[in-house]
Amino acid sequence: MNESASSRSRILKRLHGIHSQSRFADHPEITEPQSPSWTTEEKISRLKSMMESVHSEIHCCSERDFDTVFRKVADEKSIASLLYAKNTQLGSRIHSLKQSTPEKMPELVNYDVTIETMKKRIFSIDASITETLGGIAETGSLILWPSRDEPRLMSLIPPIHLAVLQAEKIYNTFSEAIDEGRWAEKGMPTNALLISGPSKTADIEQTLVYGVHGPKQLVVFIIQ
Amino acid sequence: MKPSCSFPEKPEAVYYFGTCLADLLYADAGMAGIRLLQREGVRVIYPRGQSCCGQPAFNSGFQDEAREVAAQQIVQFPKNLPIVIPSGSCGAMMTRHYEELFQGHPLHEKAQSFSARIFELSEFLVNVLNVKLEDRGDPVKVTWHSSCHAKREYGLGDEAKQLLRQLKNVELVELERENECCGFGGTFSVKFPAISGVMAQDKSADVMQTGADLLLSTDCGCLMNINGALEKQKSQVQSQHFASFIWNRTHVS
Amino acid sequence: MSAKANHSPHRLSEKAFFESSGSALKDPKLRRNFKRAMNGLMEKRRDIFPDASELEETRGRAGGIRRKTLAYFPELLEKLEANCESNGIRVHWAETTEQANQIVLEIARSTNTRLAVKGKSMVSEEMHLNAFLEKHDIEAIESDLGEYIIQVVNELPSHIIMPAIHKNLEEISQLFQEKVDPNRSSESAEEMTATARLILRQKFHDADMGISGVNFAVAETGTLCLVENEGNGRFSTTLPKVHVAVMGIEKVVESLQDLPPLLKMLTRSATGQPITTYFNMISGPRREGELDGPEEVHLVLLDHGRSKIYEDELLRETLLCIRCGACMNHCPVYTRIGGHAYNAVYPGPIGKILTPQIEGIESVGYLANASSLCGACVEVCPVKIPITDILLRLRRNRVRKKNARHWTDLNGGKSLMELMTWKGWKQVLSQPSLYRTQASLLSRIGNLLPAQIPVLRQWARSRSLPRFSKKPLHRLVEEAGIDHE
Repeated sequence: MNESASSRSRILKRLHGIHSQSRFADHPEITEPQSPSWTTEEKISRLKSMMESVHSEIHCCSERDFDTVFRKVADEKSIASLLYAKNTQLGSRIHSLKQSTPEKMPELVNYDVTIETMKKRIFSIDASITETLGGIAETGSLILWPSRDEPRLMSLIPPIHLAVLQAEKIYNTFSEAIDEGRWAEKGMPTNALLISGPSKTADIEQTLVYGVHGPKQLVVFIIQ
Repeated sequence: MKPSCSFPEKPEAVYYFGTCLADLLYADAGMAGIRLLQREGVRVIYPRGQSCCGQPAFNSGFQDEAREVAAQQIVQFPKNLPIVIPSGSCGAMMTRHYEELFQGHPLHEKAQSFSARIFELSEFLVNVLNVKLEDRGDPVKVTWHSSCHAKREYGLGDEAKQLLRQLKNVELVELERENECCGFGGTFSVKFPAISGVMAQDKSADVMQTGADLLLSTDCGCLMNINGALEKQKSQVQSQHFASFIWNRTHVS
Repeated sequence: MSAKANHSPHRLSEKAFFESSGSALKDPKLRRNFKRAMNGLMEKRRDIFPDASELEETRGRAGGIRRKTLAYFPELLEKLEANCESNGIRVHWAETTEQANQIVLEIARSTNTRLAVKGKSMVSEEMHLNAFLEKHDIEAIESDLGEYIIQVVNELPSHIIMPAIHKNLEEISQLFQEKVDPNRSSESAEEMTATARLILRQKFHDADMGISGVNFAVAETGTLCLVENEGNGRFSTTLPKVHVAVMGIEKVVESLQDLPPLLKMLTRSATGQPITTYFNMISGPRREGELDGPEEVHLVLLDHGRSKIYEDELLRETLLCIRCGACMNHCPVYTRIGGHAYNAVYPGPIGKILTPQIEGIESVGYLANASSLCGACVEVCPVKIPITDILLRLRRNRVRKKNARHWTDLNGGKSLMELMTWKGWKQVLSQPSLYRTQASLLSRIGNLLPAQIPVLRQWARSRSLPRFSKKPLHRLVEEAGIDHE
């Protein structure tokens, strides 16, 4: 038996050895929290104000207006290169946008090779754009489940992260998102994230500074 | 805070537990508490064999010594009468820790009954005796320190402040950090005098910046500590137990 | 820059505590830094919990979830292990910090690791992992900005959430100038953050291994959760080809649904935030076809005394802790002496109950005495750990241990004097007539006691001595004819 295995059995033996009556002694009833139930409009406005309070930029637009709003943001922020995922619905839309109006669009970089191959490159890209699985109104959070098509680092390395959120996928609470999305039943992806703003720190004399390690800006397009 | 149902009807008589600190250092406060109760028509019984609730030893980890002293108190208060104490800290010891201290001890049942009959003075005056005060004193500005043990361990509410607010010539100004510990902590102040001393100085600075003439509290330990720090800094602010303060302003001499 | 940490982990003695707390109290700058920071944190927490009854309910819920977890502790650990393994996370068990270090080293060797980037982890501080790796020629770089700052000057964290809270802007600015990059301006927090970003992004890029802690580990899905604002935790757990998570065994929870209430209480109690920027849930290494993520994920489960703590029903509650740091932010002792004065990995109230239980009550029990028992920590604890009750129990255990041994073993005559004091105290206070005689004596001569008596002298440094009443209460009562039965 190796050392880890013998540690394991000693630790578990000690824990199991506790008289079960003492272990299972009346732990208190856990009450269900009162969950808010907002309308879609209320959820949008809650999420928007929560996220804006931590320096996120929110654009509400219709499905049709997205192209215009997106191009405007890309232009204003002088995004010269954009990391995207071509195989997603969003990715193919961005791709056709580039084809139809190449001069108004940044250079597109598709994340289609392993990180080892594109490590150097990815650190020099201006921005990224990703889909989201949903949002959480209560805390002002985006839910991301990175995948083969849309890998984990897209929302971390480029200094500007653009995220697209469908308004009807905003949940009231984190708990509701787990329940309704049947996370436990479906099984978790290798990585799941709640993102609630651009990267920040207050480690120097409690001064809040945005953009420490991750993105300096987070832009959310809420599609109504 | 205790639910109102835990207070009895006005009794004919009560026991009084003076506490060792009041006995030795704040005898006037102990006496004032008795007078306030008597004025409401309640007979006050002061068992002569009482000394200390046992907290100093208990909080230092000397459980056996604490138990022997505590046992001596329990037998002094045999009748089924409320026991009124001018200290939330001793109250906390007697209500919260006797149960555990007398686990498996011959006095266990008596200890339980004893604990259930404990009431801190201000809550007894307000919730049981429904005291109405008439102020006869000169205008004065006071501030209030809330004892940590009284508030957090005993669960004392703001009854003492309610009494002060009945006094028309008394202006109550709040401390910036009313609920922060003054640094006494019983033997803590002896074992860690430097840390405790800084806490006491900060508390007294808070007291001084209110511009109050007088600092009041429910607990003699805190008063002794803060008063010591005020004196050391040659402050003009005096300190007093709230019972003395109220009695002095309301009784007809 | 060197990552060496030459602090001895064993400066844990009562004498050292007196020295370090004493010099902290005499350092006005340090005291200003702490006061300002702690006031800010207390205010933020107050603001995010405007409704007292809702707060009580949420504390009850979070505490309930943690208690439920401990009720099924071994079963949940087994479930966590099984689900992690089936997700491809390799699980290792360590009883001691030495074993845990050895496990990390073996992983490092098997993956040819030269450089490791670290996310913030208090368990790795318990292990003194950086110094250990350094000794074996592996560079370990702290990437949380606060941890990075103190690593640069070779210090330990002074707070479990805000490791560099003891330093002000000016001091940090100076150390950036001297030790980080003299060619870049370091006047503002923004400038220094930008410098750190530049340096650490290169480290993330180059690192072979990422090391992180774990805030919650979900047994039902085999998921490791990390709570952070900066993104360094995500970098450390995503970019390098190996991720090693070190975790105290008590961090397990049963289900995903346990996460929302705990997360809510953690971020709100810690820094008054409704949520942190990132909540990172890791359920396995890179899968076939995925383009990023570590190729290996390892979970090191560290006991380090926890299973021993679990044996006692009251002391067990120590393990409910979710490491928010609210107890220290609100502690009148911590906010005055700061984190370093404790000479321990975990400072403040949680450290006072945890350290003696891990390191031994006989040698570190004095920490349990360094509290006024004011209960401010209990009031704010998000999972309702009865810290003062545990302190009392530890004090009692310490006395028992000493009774069983010899009172003069430790601290020379000091302990013996303590024992004699309480024996004498008991003799007097349990005998009514003796007590009354002594009390009367004190009221007559007490005020004449010389202030040179050691105990009084210490007290008198910052306070005038208490004055005895002219007549004790029991005499006044007799004179006033108060009934005695």
